[in-house]
Amino acid sequence: MNPQFTKLSRWLAALPLALTLHSGLHAETVARYGISMADIPLTTGQPDRGAGAYQFTGHTLYDPLVAWEANVGNRPGKLVPGLASEWKVDAKDNKKWVFTLRKGVKFHDGSEFNADAVVWNLDKVLADKSAQFDAKQSAQVRPRIPSIASYRKVGDYSVEITTKDIDALFPYQLPWFLISSPTQWEKMGKDWNKVASKPSGTGPFKLDKLVPRERADLVKNTAYWDKARMAKTDRIVLVPIPDAMTRANALLNGQVDIIETPPPDVLPQLKGAGFKLVQNVTPHVWPYHFSTQPGSPWTDIRVRKAANLAIDRSAVVSLMSGLATPAKGQLDQTSPWFGKPAFKIGYDLPAARALMAQAGYSQAKPLKAKVIIAQGGTGQMLSLPMNEFIQQSLAEIGIQVTFEVVELENLYLHWRSGAKADMNAGKGISAINLGYVTADPFYALTRFADSRYVAPNGVNWGGYNNPKVDAAIDQIRTTFDTKKQDGLLSFVHQSMVDDALMLWVVHDVNPHAISPKVKEFIQAQHWFQDLTTIRM
Amino acid sequence: MFAYIIKRLIYAIPIALSVTVVSFVLVYLAPGDPLNAIAPADAPEEVIVALKSAYGLDKPVPVQYGLWLLRAVQGDLGTSIASGRAVTAEVLSAVSNTLLLAGMAALGGVLIGCILGALAGYRHGTWIDRVATVISVIGVSIPHYWLGLVLTIVFSIWLPWFPAMGAGPGGSSEWLWDAEHLRHLVLPALTLSVIPMGIITRTVRALVADMLEQEFVTALRARGLSGVAVFRHIAKNTAPTVLAVAGLQIGYLMGGSILVETVFAWPGTGFLLNTAIFQRDIPLLQGTILVLCMFFVVLNLLVDILQPLIDPRIGRG
Repeated sequence: MNPQFTKLSRWLAALPLALTLHSGLHAETVARYGISMADIPLTTGQPDRGAGAYQFTGHTLYDPLVAWEANVGNRPGKLVPGLASEWKVDAKDNKKWVFTLRKGVKFHDGSEFNADAVVWNLDKVLADKSAQFDAKQSAQVRPRIPSIASYRKVGDYSVEITTKDIDALFPYQLPWFLISSPTQWEKMGKDWNKVASKPSGTGPFKLDKLVPRERADLVKNTAYWDKARMAKTDRIVLVPIPDAMTRANALLNGQVDIIETPPPDVLPQLKGAGFKLVQNVTPHVWPYHFSTQPGSPWTDIRVRKAANLAIDRSAVVSLMSGLATPAKGQLDQTSPWFGKPAFKIGYDLPAARALMAQAGYSQAKPLKAKVIIAQGGTGQMLSLPMNEFIQQSLAEIGIQVTFEVVELENLYLHWRSGAKADMNAGKGISAINLGYVTADPFYALTRFADSRYVAPNGVNWGGYNNPKVDAAIDQIRTTFDTKKQDGLLSFVHQSMVDDALMLWVVHDVNPHAISPKVKEFIQAQHWFQDLTTIRM
Repeated sequence: MFAYIIKRLIYAIPIALSVTVVSFVLVYLAPGDPLNAIAPADAPEEVIVALKSAYGLDKPVPVQYGLWLLRAVQGDLGTSIASGRAVTAEVLSAVSNTLLLAGMAALGGVLIGCILGALAGYRHGTWIDRVATVISVIGVSIPHYWLGLVLTIVFSIWLPWFPAMGAGPGGSSEWLWDAEHLRHLVLPALTLSVIPMGIITRTVRALVADMLEQEFVTALRARGLSGVAVFRHIAKNTAPTVLAVAGLQIGYLMGGSILVETVFAWPGTGFLLNTAIFQRDIPLLQGTILVLCMFFVVLNLLVDILQPLIDPRIGRG
């Protein structure tokens, strides 16, 4: 036998052994993530506990038809294809949208993703009479996909969704709607509670282990369809640690590698110990939402503008140890919908006092207002100290604010009821302080600006009514050209700022503290964070 | 004695029933909406109505109570609104973790408390007494939350001897009697033990000091009994009171561990209660409160039964 051939055959024989040894040597990379929630969010498909929960058990285990680009940090994300490779509105009937589905995508259980799965999932959350209807999942997503009127399969990989009215913003609703496996639900005895411990989606991670309230282990889905979003860590362990100080201590102690929302006063210690703080522009605003109903002290635009000019926002940012950015409107200035408001929000005490004087008020003759605030809770930042700061600042221009302090859950009741309701107007409450998520056009703008969304139809809390804005919103709904749509949205935002609809204070920055072991984590400018970007 | 035990058992029934009413109704009196745990804050009315119906929250409160009680006596405390899991299983798992924590804390607290108290009582008015008094006052008045944080900073961060949180490595609470799990137990148990330690020190100190001035002790000494024999008599006489106080303390530890368990993310009843309150998870909240209250009732019953066994005068009374 040729000696060279003998040598080669020996090498070939040794190759499987070498590969086995190599794979044995390849240690699993694990990122332990201390999350601020008290429990692991729902794992059946639609996570509970708000927008922040989608990053943990939503866009990790599952995919939406239309996704939000969350693996970029240096610019705002945009809508990108998810399980639907493309979507378009019917030129003849603008209420009809056709979604072309991706072929060759498998659920974690090995079953195939197709149009039947999409229709089955829509039934899961919208058809009360369907066998797979789940009230809990429905409650999470139904308010977020309000436009859907009906849907049908038009081919094995094509689905048509009809909206109630023409709604050009409809695709923005779809990142909230996640697709779970019908096959797995059947396997689990058609019991969603059982699916929770053995879920199956198409996402970049699979659920390996779930200990309620204590941990969830997500392992990399090596067969994930989107190679650009393949997980960079083999395993992510989610550990619920609701207390901020405990989270920071767990990070300092090395029990976890990454935490969200570290307490501001621990930042120097974290930085001193070599931990890195990651933060970014985040679609969130901390405002006072004014009532403009008759009898409210905020009906005079000069007073609303004066309030906006009376706040030293850099001091508020300092109060938050830098974990905030000053607000100049409902949206951050980097938003494509910020526009060019004529009213420049900033800190200008003389201008604020002059406006108050024009309205007939001063420190000697103050305007009195009652604001309902939360004692704390998700999205409320440092509620009480920040509110006290605002109170003192407003007092300097002759606005005497008193607070009605309630729990966040209670505040939501006041919010949903609208300013006109007896529980608000009847108690003299003329403004509400509630942190708002401003992730998409509906969440950021139209729900607050459209006069048709006054309670009980929506959360235009103060009863804002601007016919020009209503007309623009009508146009937005029928404008499918993204550039034109963005222009109209900018107009809505400009109008909100120019009308000083709220007292905008700061934006949250969604801070994360990470250990030096974490080599990479891209924080998107969104609440939807992409955990596939974590690299150890 | 038998009649005494039967009487105590009969007394326990109305107490237990009152506990079920209180734990059910109090939760309803709290402000807020339980559906906020499962529905987004801006959920439309139709979604809220559908959810209320799905979770039986649309029925009148007395009907809800009746149904709940009927299931509760059969060991079914319902399903957690937030997690969809059986409340009984959730609570029992948490109870086992809290029992472990409270048991270790009580053991440490009672042992140290008895020793310190006895020393202080015997050396009444000396520096030992003053030191013990200071320790017991600190033990009773120090906020748990603060002490837990201080201990974590010192023994988890400055001196990384113990973990900062959790009941086991990697956030897992599957308890094993190994060094790694015991390391997780040290700081929360130590934090929790200071209150029973302080209270029992004070109680034992007062009892021993008082006993030493009693005529029967003088008589025992006059009869030439050794110090150990006298101490045995004193211990026997103080035991019923110490037992009652210790029993109550264990009960308090079960319910009072809420802050300590939150600080250390210890997956016990306190942590569960905190989560349930935070999520407005009514069935979980009711189930946890009920189990904790029943624990108190049973513990009191046990103390009431044990006391006359130690001191027959109580039973006769």
